[in-house]
Amino acid sequence: MSTATLSRPEGERTYPSYSRPLWRRALLTREFAIIVLLLVVLLYSTTSVPNFDSPLTMYYLFLDIAPILLIALPMTMVIITGEIDLSVASTVGLSSVMVGVLHQDAGLSIPAAAAIAILVGAVCGAFNGFLVAYVGLPSLAVTIGTLALYRGIAVGMLGTTAVTDFPEKWTDLAKERIVEGSSYPMVLVPFLVLLVLFVWLLHFSSFGRGVYEIGLNDEAAHFTGVNVELTKFWLFVLAGAVSALAGIYYTLRYGSARGDNANGLELQVIAAVLLGGVSIFGGRGALHGVVAGAILIGVISSAMRLEGHTVNVINIVIGALLVLSVMSTSFLAWVSAVLSGRRGARSPGRAPDGAGKRSLPE
Amino acid sequence: MSDTLLVEPSAQPRSRRLLGTLLRSREIAVAAVLLLLILGTTLKSGDFIFSSDGWRNLLVTPSLLLLLAVGQTVVIVTRNVDLSVGSILGLTAYFTGRMFIDNPGIPIVVVFALGMLLGAVLGLINGALVAFGKVPALVITLGTLYIYRGVFLSWAGSDRINASDMPRDFLALGTKTILTIPVLTIIALVVLAAVGYYLHTARGGRELYAIGSDPDAAKLYGLPVTRRVLVAFVISGALAGLAGVVYAARYGTVSSGAGLNIELQAVGAAVIGGVAIFGGSGTVWGAALGAFLLITINRALPIVGISDFWQRAVVGVLIIAAIVLDRVLTIRQERRLVAARDEVRTSA
Repeated sequence: MSTATLSRPEGERTYPSYSRPLWRRALLTREFAIIVLLLVVLLYSTTSVPNFDSPLTMYYLFLDIAPILLIALPMTMVIITGEIDLSVASTVGLSSVMVGVLHQDAGLSIPAAAAIAILVGAVCGAFNGFLVAYVGLPSLAVTIGTLALYRGIAVGMLGTTAVTDFPEKWTDLAKERIVEGSSYPMVLVPFLVLLVLFVWLLHFSSFGRGVYEIGLNDEAAHFTGVNVELTKFWLFVLAGAVSALAGIYYTLRYGSARGDNANGLELQVIAAVLLGGVSIFGGRGALHGVVAGAILIGVISSAMRLEGHTVNVINIVIGALLVLSVMSTSFLAWVSAVLSGRRGARSPGRAPDGAGKRSLPE
Repeated sequence: MSDTLLVEPSAQPRSRRLLGTLLRSREIAVAAVLLLLILGTTLKSGDFIFSSDGWRNLLVTPSLLLLLAVGQTVVIVTRNVDLSVGSILGLTAYFTGRMFIDNPGIPIVVVFALGMLLGAVLGLINGALVAFGKVPALVITLGTLYIYRGVFLSWAGSDRINASDMPRDFLALGTKTILTIPVLTIIALVVLAAVGYYLHTARGGRELYAIGSDPDAAKLYGLPVTRRVLVAFVISGALAGLAGVVYAARYGTVSSGAGLNIELQAVGAAVIGGVAIFGGSGTVWGAALGAFLLITINRALPIVGISDFWQRAVVGVLIIAAIVLDRVLTIRQERRLVAARDEVRTSA
């Protein structure tokens, strides 16, 4: 939902007190809880699930979650500003089709086609960003529209046909391992490069501080000198460009450019980001949690598949995990309120949380 | 300009007031686009409405999305969203088939009631998680979208419901017409009228708008916010359940793909029909017209010579055009009101 409009519930405000020592603050975060959960699941899977610790399992795990990991990077920043981008999977599909059509019909080499596809992805993101940041439209509605639009263009260009004629050199690259026989596919290299870039951007640059400020209160951010519109615009451009990158990977990995590639991927990415501790209200979250959240989804899927469960049961577990992880904050707040006997303190006299947040784009 | 603004509405002649209301109405605009589309397509090919199949399809195909869009409107008006409706649809569609297989001779009315009940229970789960957990509906219903579909698919396993599993009378509902109007469309229109009446007139319905306009104010004012939000989700779930039963009757088969990705179409239909995603405004009539428009475009495109692969692109353009239009109208209205206020101040 458009998050900037929702009132912030009690539970979302459990910021660690800064009077506590650093190690205790770190232990109380959602990110830490997810990392611990990931380690527990990993430990269980490697010891109790047959074949889970084989290099091949890990290799396919990384191949499968690579597009989610990639797109989760910019999506984290978009959601921290209190916006959302539902059109990313459609951009994946569109860039996949662009690579296919440019290679087959225009005879471009793969790198040239990929470069143009990334440009197209950036333009898709720029269109979202323009409508959200400068026209002031709600991002949920805009990106539902462009979800249909970009997917529509992708499907319209190729229909139900697929481009499958790609040089083996490039399709092999998508599946190649960094070191022969290891469990790490080549696709992790661009991901790690982007991860370093995004960690720096979100957590160590003034741009990143602006992103958090916008999510907490965009008017206040404006008055402290953050260019709210430009920041949001660039985040959507980044989301589009990175989605296109994922689209190129998709095309090469499966050796097939289709309009309906990565259908429904947007919800998986958002699930990974929210599971990683990013607040849908904006203003809170960190990339280490998101990476752990995405890997957690991958590990659970892979381990459950090895144990003979179907995709359906895996979906139930991931959905339940998502619901439980967001409910836990409210639940813990409720527990601590009960323990300290402050239940009655929620009197209507105090200002509602979220007061002062802009409820509609002016 | 300010004169016309400052005239009491009731001081204007009745006909002029009515005309003004109609011209400003978003529903009329969408209806006009829909009529033009139908007219244009019919001119190209008379079969579009004048063949018996064409007329029936024109009315019956949108019924399913109409039910979902109506339910979605009730939820969006409260400043929430329900992404799980596609999964509820799939689950109840399979449940419908299962009922006929497991209880031969079960009355059709009972199946309709139980399908809606199952949907309502699933909606209640959504509503309870949202209302008591104080967690945004987007996250909760994204989670239950996975959970409900997972339950549906694990329950169904590898078997699917085929037309032969369901009684002929039930399947006949998908084709039966009364006065050339398909029964399924009549069901959808009755639901539309009932929910529309509730939202427009009943106290509970009006309070949904109040909650969506400003949840904090609604709470401070003493409205039963938790209960109303629960009711909104129950309505949305029950209608998705009804849509599931209708799906089974219309298509005769239920496979794993039933209702997949339809949730975003339902939200899209509401947005096209003028339901503000920020809550507090919009009508089910608009959402229903939006649903009709979405489905009709799909069928009209091949007739006017555009491959129907482009349908989703057209839908996307429509959604974006609709929200841009909303924005433009809001800004114009704001400017006029500010101008009128300033005029009063300077003349005073």
